[in-house]
Parts: sequence; C-alpha cells; structure tokens
Amino acid sequence: MPAVTETREAVEKLGLSSYKWGFETDIDMDVAPKGLNEDIVRLISARKEEPEWMLEWRLAAFRSWLQMKEPEWAKVSHPPIDYQDAHYYAAPKKKPGPKSLEEVDPELLRTYEKLGIPLHEQAMLAGVEVPEGEQARMPVAVDAVFDSVSVVTTFRKTLEEAGVIFCPISEAIKEHPELVKKYLGTVVPVGDNFFSALNSAVFTDGSFVYVPEGVRCPMELSTYFRINSRNTGQFERTLIIVEDRASVSYLEGCTAPMRDENQLHAAVVELVAMEDASIKYSTVQNWYPGDENGRGGIYNFVTKRGACRGARSKISWTQVETGSAITWKYPSCILQGEGSVGEFYSVAVTNNHQQADTGTKMIHIGKNTRSTIIAKTISAGNSDSTYRGLVRVQPKASGARNFTQCDSLLIGDQCGAHTVPYIECRNAQARIEHEATTSKISEDQLFYCRQRGLSEEDSVGLIVNGFCRDVLKELPMEFAVEAQKLLQISLEGSVG
Amino acid sequence: MSQFLDISGLNARIDADGQEKEILRGVDLVIPPGEVHAIMGPNGSGKSTLSYVLAGREDYEVTSGSVSFQGKDLLEMEPEERAAAGLFLAFQSPVELPGVNNANFLRTAVNAVRRARGQEELDAVNFLKTVRAAAKELGMSPDMLKRNVNVGFSGGEKKRNEVLQMTLLQPSFAILDETDSGLDVDALRIVAEGVKRLRSPQFSALVITHHQRLLEYIVPDRIHVMAKGRIIHSGGPELAQQIDREGYTKFLAEAA
Ligand SMILES: Nc1ncnc2c1ncn2[C@@H]1O[C@H](COP(=O)(O)OP(=O)(O)OP(=O)(O)O)[C@@H](O)[C@H]1O
Ligand SMILES: [Mg+2]
Repeated sequence: MPAVTETREAVEKLGLSSYKWGFETDIDMDVAPKGLNEDIVRLISARKEEPEWMLEWRLAAFRSWLQMKEPEWAKVSHPPIDYQDAHYYAAPKKKPGPKSLEEVDPELLRTYEKLGIPLHEQAMLAGVEVPEGEQARMPVAVDAVFDSVSVVTTFRKTLEEAGVIFCPISEAIKEHPELVKKYLGTVVPVGDNFFSALNSAVFTDGSFVYVPEGVRCPMELSTYFRINSRNTGQFERTLIIVEDRASVSYLEGCTAPMRDENQLHAAVVELVAMEDASIKYSTVQNWYPGDENGRGGIYNFVTKRGACRGARSKISWTQVETGSAITWKYPSCILQGEGSVGEFYSVAVTNNHQQADTGTKMIHIGKNTRSTIIAKTISAGNSDSTYRGLVRVQPKASGARNFTQCDSLLIGDQCGAHTVPYIECRNAQARIEHEATTSKISEDQLFYCRQRGLSEEDSVGLIVNGFCRDVLKELPMEFAVEAQKLLQISLEGSVG
Repeated sequence: MSQFLDISGLNARIDADGQEKEILRGVDLVIPPGEVHAIMGPNGSGKSTLSYVLAGREDYEVTSGSVSFQGKDLLEMEPEERAAAGLFLAFQSPVELPGVNNANFLRTAVNAVRRARGQEELDAVNFLKTVRAAAKELGMSPDMLKRNVNVGFSGGEKKRNEVLQMTLLQPSFAILDETDSGLDVDALRIVAEGVKRLRSPQFSALVITHHQRLLEYIVPDRIHVMAKGRIIHSGGPELAQQIDREGYTKFLAEAA
C-alpha cells in the first residue's frame, strides 16, 4: 500500500535525533476557555450536540473525579499537574458535518499526509500496485482524530456493506445510542481510577467499532491521534464491541508537536469480546517524548481494558511504546468467558529523561482461561522504565494458566529498569509461570555487527529489534516495519 | 610504494580490571596483495588480539606502531569503515544475535558495505538467490538462513556461517581466526575450498590456526610464528609441518 511506504520513507528520512512529527499545523481552531468545571463539561457536551443522557453521564463522572486523587503508586515523578491550566476542547473550525474527504480542510489533509497517514481512499485504491515479492495487502480504514474531534473516517462504505460500524464515538452516541449506552463504561467503570473518571467527564472523541455476529472485519481498522493545539489535553475514548464469532484487528497511532510544556493525554479504551470473538488491538505510541534535557513531552495516562465475556473469546494487546515523557498504561484483560484467552505483547523504550510505568493485568475469572504476557523493556540515557503486571486467578478459574516473560535491556549505565510482578492466585489448580531477565547491550554484539559493515546506530537498532522480535512479530506487517524504524530512532544517540 | 597491508611496530594493551596489560609488543608484518599468510603460535600469544586490533575493536588501546591498509591509515578508521574498505574478520567465537534473522542480517550487512562501496544494493529476491547458492556450496542447510544469527548453532555451524558471510561480503582482506577449530574433516575441506575460491590477485588473507591440516588445503605463501605479542619467526609453507613435529620450543628459545 503506497501510503504506508510513504510512512516508512518519512520515517527513514529522519535526521539525527529529531522528532520528525514535531511540526505544528496552522489552522483556525475553536478552543474552549482554560479550566475544568461543570460548565466546561456542559460546553463539551453541547459542542458535540449530545443527548441529555450523555451529559448526565459526564457530569456524574466529573463529580466522582472531584472526589478522587491522582494515583501515586506508579514509579514516575512529575511536577503537580494543574488541571485548571489546560483547554479541554479544541476543534478545527469547520462544521464537523458529513465527513467526506472533499469537505475536510485541505490543511488538515496535508498534515496527515505529512505524517504518512493514508486518508486518500481514491489514491490508495488506485495505487495498490504490489511490488514483486511482496504480498498484496489489505487497505486500512482510518479514523483521524485531530485534537478533540475526528476529522475523517475512511472506507466507511466498504465497512458498512460488511455490517461493520466504524465511526467517531461522538457520532455513535447520536446514531447508535442503544449500543453506546449498553457498553460504555461497562469495562472501565467511570470511577475506576482518577484518569478514567477525568476522561469520562471530558472525552471529546475517539473511535467506535461494532462488528456484528459472524463477521470478520474485511480490513484493518486504525485510528490516528494527533494533538496539535497548545495547552490542550487530549481525552479520547474508544469502544470496540465484537459479537459472537466475529473478529477485528485495530491499530492505533499517535504523534504531537514538539513543545516545551507538558501536555496531558488521558485515554480510555474499552473492548468487549463475545463468544468465539477475537480482538487484536495494536498500538504504536509515539507521542512527543520531550527533549534531551527532559523538557516538554506528553504525559500519557491511559486506561485500556478488554472484557472477554464470551466463551473462547480472545483479546490480544500489542503495544510499542516509544514516545511520551511519562507513560502510565496497563492494558488489561478480564477473562470471564470459559476458555477465553488474553495476550499482552509489549515493547517499551525510554531514552533521555523519559519515564514509563507500564504492564498489564490479567484477571482470570472463568475456567480454563489462559494468558500470555511478553514484555520487553529497553532503557537508555537517563530514563527509567518499570514493568508492572498483575496476574489474578479467581477461585472459580480452575485450569487457568499464565505465562509471563519480562526482559529488560539496558543501554548505558544511567538508566533504570524494574520489574514488579504481582501474582494473586486463589485457585490451587492454576499454573502461573514467570520468567524475567535483565541484560545490557553487549560490546561483543555491537562489534560483531560493525565488523560486518553496520554503523553503530544500525547495529543497536538491529540488536534491539532482535530483542523485541517476539513482540514485533505480533504486529500487523505494516506496523511492524514502522515500529522497527521507530525503535531505532528513539534510541539514536544512546550509545557511543 | 606502500604494501597492501603493512603492520609496523604495533603495540597494544588492554585495561583488565584497572591493570594495563601489554598484549601486542611490536608486531611487524607485511602482506602483499594476493597472498595468503598464516599465523601460528601458542595459546595466549596475542593472535586473536591482533585480529581484533586490525578490525578496530575499541577495548584495545594501540600505544604505538602503525598499520597501513591499501595505502590508508587503518587505525584511524571505524570498524564499519574497515569492513567497507574490504577487511573481514571471521571470529574465533562468533557472537549470537538473538531475534535477528540470519538471512536478514546477511542482507543488511551486504547492503551496508555495498552502499559504502558505491555499489547498488541487492533487492530481497536477488539477495536470496545469491545467499541460497552460497550456503549450498558451503554445505549449509537452507534452514540455517531462517534461524537467528548463530543462536543454537553448533561450533562447526557457526564457523561455516562465518565463511558464508565472508563469501557474500567479498572482502579484499580476510582474517580467519581459528575458523578450522571445531570443524569435522569434511567441513574443513569445504571451508578451505570457500577460502580458495576467493583467492585472486585482489584478495589477501591472514589465517590464524593451530593445525597444519588447514594449511595443507590452503597452501599459504608465508607462515609466521607469534609468541608473547610478537612475530618471532617467519618461513614458507613447510614451517607448518616443522611446528607440528617439534612444537614452538625451539622458536621460543631462539627468540629469547
Ligand atoms: N579483554 C581481555 N582482558 C584481559 N586479558 C585479555 C583480554 N583479551 C586478551 N587478553 C589476554 O591477552 C593474551 C592474548 O590473548 P589472545 O586471545 O590474543 O590469544 P591467542 O593467541 O588468540 O590465543 P588462543 O590461541 O588461545 O586463541 C591472553 O593472555 C589473554 O588472556
Ligand atoms: Mg585466539
């Protein structure tokens, strides 16, 4: 697919240690005044022309948030966040209206083009020339979210024909209220944690996916998040529901301009998988990480959780986390259905002054539920990375099995890597295995590669990619290539 | 006229646990273009160290002496520049690269040196053809290409994999550090033939070995004896049998 080749080239053209995606789009914006109070919540709801029940839901969330405290258990540190000093709504001026490509501000389209995001269906369809030796690929449907709103969703028609609903969540609230009402907040309850409560009060957009019974979604679905405006938080909400014997693969990417200040991104993602359903959720997280001195960057506080409600359902999280100043994120699986399967494959890279506290929770409730956790942590520079994972086996989960493998790779001697596994087993027949390793990138390996003609940076890239192999191979092919390049870019300047 | 490879008065040391340890103590060695030379010598005499210093390993500090390679100051170059300039080292203990696919590694390496040499990169299809053919000639199963670089390879398989890399990278100067150790008789012949195939007026080699057997296949132009960080004796190919019969005692005594 040409657009993806472009992405790859765009990434390749990166100079030394620069954040390529750091540009800013000059576009006329509709921005809410700074601050967070009930009026702002009402304003957001009004701007989105939401029904009354949604506003009530938000207000309830806001009130519970007011009672809550920011969590302190994560191994991250940052100056206190002033929640009143940010804008909670920013949208390109232009009626959201019907979202055909022609109506999208050309400046916006150029932005996504620059980012290498394939929004032009026409061009993509026309240009599906398959280079020799490579397999034909599925097109990817994209929902592009710019600051607080979805600006365009591609391939909607094709998807509709298959019965798949893929649209901005703001639209789903209006068009499919019964589905949204039924599922929103059922996996991540409003009051689950500080950031999910905040998100529930002020979320502005995100994607909604519904795959009906028996349907295998005919293409990869993807959402691309872009924070552009200054002093703006991004709070997106994603809800994916996959009915019996249906399946979907969903990708998520994100970038932000380079800024001196820290910006907050607090997303909530809820997945529901019914009987024999499967959801594959892949993330390549590339928010601006801040500069070499730790100035600026995104605070990425995210709650992602999937419920395997049906028997034999499967939810698989794959994440490559290279960006953000701070990452706080634990994509989890609630394994309710008998024989359901949860997977978590993660690569987290931190360099310079980045901090990451990430991992997963696997909650085994049903019989014979299985989970696999493969977490690879790479720390360089002065960064600090923690894997935090919980495996809980409930009393009724006979035959539950978990396998966890956590590997840390250190580059240099100023960085830190920590592994914090929590295991709570209340069923004697469950089997839980945990393996952990920590290693340094070895001089022998580096020298071997360089002797074969690879530059030092390419050698590090190769070794790191090898280290992450087990995770990268879980990504859809297009993403895998991009992720590999990203890993290398994120580590530039980390050796020598 | 400068020689193809000219090592003169080379001293190198390593910092081992805070102690400076002299390993190379005045190595003099000249290899003309198109010649294959062998180095033999007792364990710990500095043979591998010499190969590392020539390839540019940073742990070793060159305290004096010079190395010119095809008219260039080799010691000024980064390891990858040396590789691009045509220097190849078959390691005594090849390193494992977990998760790195062997064919992919080979292709990355070949294209890196091709780029640096101003040659066109090989596309995936052409490369695979070349690499499969080369592997076959070395008696390697195609399966080895799919595995991770050296991971779980037997000793002999690792050595063959080194020779495979050498074949593909087309060096003008190859150092083979005990590539024959750990090889069965058949493999030894195959590997020796791999080296012989490269022999040309544009290719020189330095073969480090403990066994005269390899040198029966690859008949070297010169054999040097290394001891205590220096070349203490040099001679023609017949030296191999003499060492095999008599050991190093005589040379060591002469040198003392
Ligand atoms: N990194 C190191 N730290 C400490 N000592 C070292 C190091 N590298 C080499 N040496 C020492 O330098 C000497 C020469 O080692 P080298 O590996 O070059 O010998 P060699 O001639 O290749 O031996 P062999 O025939 O056993 O392969 C040895 O005494 C070895 O212990
Ligand atoms: Mg040796």
